[in-house]
Amino acid sequence: MNTKAKLLGAVALVAVALPGHAVADTADKRIALSNNYAGNSWRQAMLESWAKVGDKAVEDGVVAAADAFTTSENQATEQAAQIQNMILQGYDAIVVNAASPTALNGAIKEACDAGIIVVSFDGIVTEPCAWRIAVDFKEMGRQQVEYLAGHLPDGGNLLEIRGLAGVFVDDEIHAGIEQGVAEFPKFKIVGSVHGDWAQDVAQKAVAGVLPSLPEIVGVVTQGGDGYGAAQAIKAAGRDMPIIVMGNRQDEMKWWAEARDENGYETLSLSIAPGVGTLAFWVAQQVLDGAQVPKDLTVPFLKVTQDTLDETLAATPAGSVANVEYSQEDAKSVIAAAN
Amino acid sequence: MNGKYRILLPVLSLTVLLAAVFYLQPRAMSYFGLNLLFNLAVPIALATIAQMMIIMVNDIDLSVGTFVSFVACVTATFLNDAPLLGVAILLASILAYAAIGALIHIRQLPAIVVTLGMSFVWGGLAVLLLPSPGGAAPAWIRTVMTVKPPLVPMAVVACVVIAGLTHLLIMRSSTGTLLRAVGGNAQAVARSGWSVTKLKAGAYALAGFFGVLAGVCLVGLTTSADANIALRYTLLSIAGVILGGGEFTGGRVSPVGAVLGALTLALAGSFLSFMRLSPDWQIGAQGAILILVLAVRLIFSRRGRKWKGAENG
Repeated sequence: MNTKAKLLGAVALVAVALPGHAVADTADKRIALSNNYAGNSWRQAMLESWAKVGDKAVEDGVVAAADAFTTSENQATEQAAQIQNMILQGYDAIVVNAASPTALNGAIKEACDAGIIVVSFDGIVTEPCAWRIAVDFKEMGRQQVEYLAGHLPDGGNLLEIRGLAGVFVDDEIHAGIEQGVAEFPKFKIVGSVHGDWAQDVAQKAVAGVLPSLPEIVGVVTQGGDGYGAAQAIKAAGRDMPIIVMGNRQDEMKWWAEARDENGYETLSLSIAPGVGTLAFWVAQQVLDGAQVPKDLTVPFLKVTQDTLDETLAATPAGSVANVEYSQEDAKSVIAAAN
Repeated sequence: MNGKYRILLPVLSLTVLLAAVFYLQPRAMSYFGLNLLFNLAVPIALATIAQMMIIMVNDIDLSVGTFVSFVACVTATFLNDAPLLGVAILLASILAYAAIGALIHIRQLPAIVVTLGMSFVWGGLAVLLLPSPGGAAPAWIRTVMTVKPPLVPMAVVACVVIAGLTHLLIMRSSTGTLLRAVGGNAQAVARSGWSVTKLKAGAYALAGFFGVLAGVCLVGLTTSADANIALRYTLLSIAGVILGGGEFTGGRVSPVGAVLGALTLALAGSFLSFMRLSPDWQIGAQGAILILVLAVRLIFSRRGRKWKGAENG
């Protein structure tokens, strides 16, 4: 399913009632979301999506409850305690965006032993009894270089903006980018800075490294840093390279303006915060008795030159492009993995 | 504030909070429920005792959280794969703690600065050991932490044992009295012929020892480690000591109170979660609970002083 269809599908989901209404087996089941952090636009959008889809599912009688809990300090031990509290509260399924892939395993094992379904997404956990909805971050990095290779047949120098040092996502995307460069050796990474997924940090970091760099033809990023990079490059008076964006509203807005001005072309990709709703439906499917493999992969949300306008229009200022998944989407992801 | 009141308040605040939790979530009122409520409080209690050892000698330790994280990383890697080497590293880290204590005293350095610096050292070592989260808990510690004793859950037994043993060590033994005296009046201790350097090193070594226990227990519960696993223990442990009736002025600590303080803090989190309070308010609410307890304590201590004044007059 392409992005357009998915966005349309999301709109349809909100407009019409849920397709496949007749689910009674999970009507008395309660699902909880254990979330470790709510301090950025992506997580805020994730919680909004969860509330929207969860409330609708409760209203339609698909599940009895879809409560969201967020820990206040983004710490693994705190989230472990939160999950143990959820066991006490008698939830039938717990959907987790984990602070650590391993440090929650003890609590998650306790939940599994108590007969609770645990589905992790985005920040996934390694405990074997839990389900994992993972994003192929490596592929996300690789595809950036692939896209650049398609647009810049001569290759050239690249600047890499990385995320928060020491975080698994940063390592994965970086590995994907390295893999892409190995695949298309006409590109060379001449500089690498940490933008911490924040526009202001990225802007400062890029501005600092630019004077020492030769001509660059492309900037590979991790999302949340493209707009800052563009500002820094513009301020330095350099030619604008192709900056791969990360679906943030400010990035897409800048891209649309540059396109109108001089036909600027690029690609934008990130995970939709709505992946939480996919995890919700997967949990519901497991509760419903569906055979679901433990490891599922969620496609990332790509914005291209063609879909830019409608995605930008659908994204509130300061937020990130989103799509809410439906029960049907969950079924097709499960079917694809089976 | 005298000893009697010092222990009264932590007991009271824990009882009130426990009653509220039982009211909100009757399911917690069971063997299984109590264990889930309190098992993650065991490493917090141990870290709080570690912090108490430092506060006892009139210092403060800002590296408890990263130290416990470091120990957790050692436990999930070396202690599991090469137990002898793992034990050696943990012993060395306790010695390092003792050395820091001696250094702080000999050079008259502010402990807050030295331990803040050490927190980066421990944090760095933890990241070096486990650049990405992982490792595995040694089977024996996993067994210890998941043991199901009859009648009373492991978490409660562990807390009683920790409180009892540290009470004997700090409040009843001669060494404990000396250590508390260092915090109360180091000059007097030095004049009576004791080596304050040695005593301070000893207090720091004890802190290191309990920090090691906290890290090992934590990994026993989580089954694997992460370089950032216990960062919040630094503030939790300080809050736990104070909540438990300890004072920053040194020498005035209560091991039983510290354990109760740690349990209260852990329980406060569950309480707010059961209240379904929005996460935006949770940090604030946790702070409010702390301020409330400390305000009550202030009233207690004022009263205590007044009564004492009346007796004297």
